[in-house]
Amino acid sequence: MLQLDYVAPTTADEAVRALGGGQAKVLAGGTDLLVQMRSGRVRPQRIVDLKRIPGLIGVREEAGGFVIGAATPGAVLGEHKALVKAWPGVVEAANLIGSTQVQGRASIAGNLCNASPAADSVPAIIAARAVAVVIGAKGRREVPVEAIAVAPGKTSLAPDEFVLEIRLPARPARAGDAYLRSIPRTEMDIAVVGAGVNLILNPDGGVAEAHVALGAVAPTALLVPEAGAAIIGSKLDEAALERLDAAARAACRPISDKRGTADYRIKIAGVLARRAAKIAYQRASEA
Amino acid sequence: MSKRTHISTTVNGDPVEFLSDPGVTLLDALRDELQLTGAKEGCGSGDCGACSVMLDGRLVCSCLVLAVEAEDRRIETIEGMAQGGELHPLQQKFLEHAALQCGFCTPGLLVASKALLDQNPDPTETEVRYWLAGNLCRCTGYDKIIRAVMDAAAELRQARRVA
Ligand SMILES: Cc1cc2nc3c(=O)[nH]c(=O)nc-3n(C[C@H](O)[C@H](O)[C@H](O)COP(=O)(O)OP(=O)(O)OC[C@H]3O[C@@H](n4cnc5c(N)ncnc54)[C@H](O)[C@@H]3O)c2cc1C
Ligand code: FES
Ligand code: FES
Repeated sequence: MLQLDYVAPTTADEAVRALGGGQAKVLAGGTDLLVQMRSGRVRPQRIVDLKRIPGLIGVREEAGGFVIGAATPGAVLGEHKALVKAWPGVVEAANLIGSTQVQGRASIAGNLCNASPAADSVPAIIAARAVAVVIGAKGRREVPVEAIAVAPGKTSLAPDEFVLEIRLPARPARAGDAYLRSIPRTEMDIAVVGAGVNLILNPDGGVAEAHVALGAVAPTALLVPEAGAAIIGSKLDEAALERLDAAARAACRPISDKRGTADYRIKIAGVLARRAAKIAYQRASEA
Repeated sequence: MSKRTHISTTVNGDPVEFLSDPGVTLLDALRDELQLTGAKEGCGSGDCGACSVMLDGRLVCSCLVLAVEAEDRRIETIEGMAQGGELHPLQQKFLEHAALQCGFCTPGLLVASKALLDQNPDPTETEVRYWLAGNLCRCTGYDKIIRAVMDAAAELRQARRVA
């Protein structure tokens, strides 16, 4: 088996120190990291387990928003009623990750920092305008989640930095979000395309604010401001949905692989953006 | 060489101690250090569920947990399922419905099914199928497994009503 050093710090500062000076890797749920270590794709000399740091597992409400500890497994998110009510799209995206067993371990922050272009929770948290609180030797900084992944498998984090928590903003009235992905089967597969939509409506039902993000159609998940802008002021009539579809397709820069051709991915990105927008709109109308 | 770590944990209610290299999985520690060979390695990558155990009350793949993570935690394995020589209703129903052939997937499926029934005594067939989507079986075609779980759930509900 692998020869390495394992530490489980009980404070964030200790974790930062443990990450400094070497080939160290952060461990949250391990559902990516341990698979990659086993295949030899990554060979850390040290594992820094975050799960013993107080607050790293759990969800707390703060100033109307939610703070999700970086190592919180998907199953815990699904059990948090207030979070599910406020951010159903974020939770459904996180709960799509893997099986029940994987849900017992896999975290949103791990999904984000693994930097797979197809990571399911990432378009949803980007659309939610979530912020990652990053801590390192130089202190803390807050980063919009779309700025964490920079290329497949690569993040903007310094070697001694890690994500401490994910913050979801406060929810006004008439707000709703949704995430949809396309996979060849019903469970346990990697997204061919993913689409997250987050809407806030005016009292008259017109779209006041719209955020659209796409996964698996570019080297990193994309925030697509043009797609959001395309439906502002509308009540998601057919013309608005057509504009959304076109803007989503225009943002795609996908590859072709065994799961889908580039053309297919572009087409489906538009379709899923429409469908997710309709679900988000419905939820916002009822919220 | 890295040094072996001393680990104290609880398995099926009993305190246990063992030594482990930091890179060793909980699955390997259970099988090789503690001789609990019920959990199986089908894939080693989280896909098959044959290694399913409970870790602090949550269903996980023990192939994706490091043994060192188990320090001070609570682990439950298939070996703890039968009580005093009496099979758990799920085990009994798996036998009655012939929900196994080679049996390689069975410990994982039983642990996963028990986790479901402990929190949802009356699942729909769809809920059972989704819950068990991470447990692969190469032999049975799943139908008998699903029927065994549904039947065990019904029996457990009945037993609860009587009690
Ligand atoms: C069977 C199976 C099915 C899966 N299905 C899906 C799926 O449907 N959709 C999907 O998107 N993914 C899927 N995955 C991948 C994986 O489960 C997810 O990416 C998961 O969210 C990773 O979270 P984790 O907590 O397990 O991360 P870990 O494995 O602990 O970490 C992942 C990476 O991020 C780094 N990291 C973790 N936390 C932090 C942090 N706080 N700060 C900085 N770096 C950090 C680690 O060093 C590592 O490089 C699947 C995996 C398996 C095994
Ligand atoms: S051996 Fe762990 S999931 Fe297959
Ligand atoms: S009975 Fe053989 S794998 Fe399931």
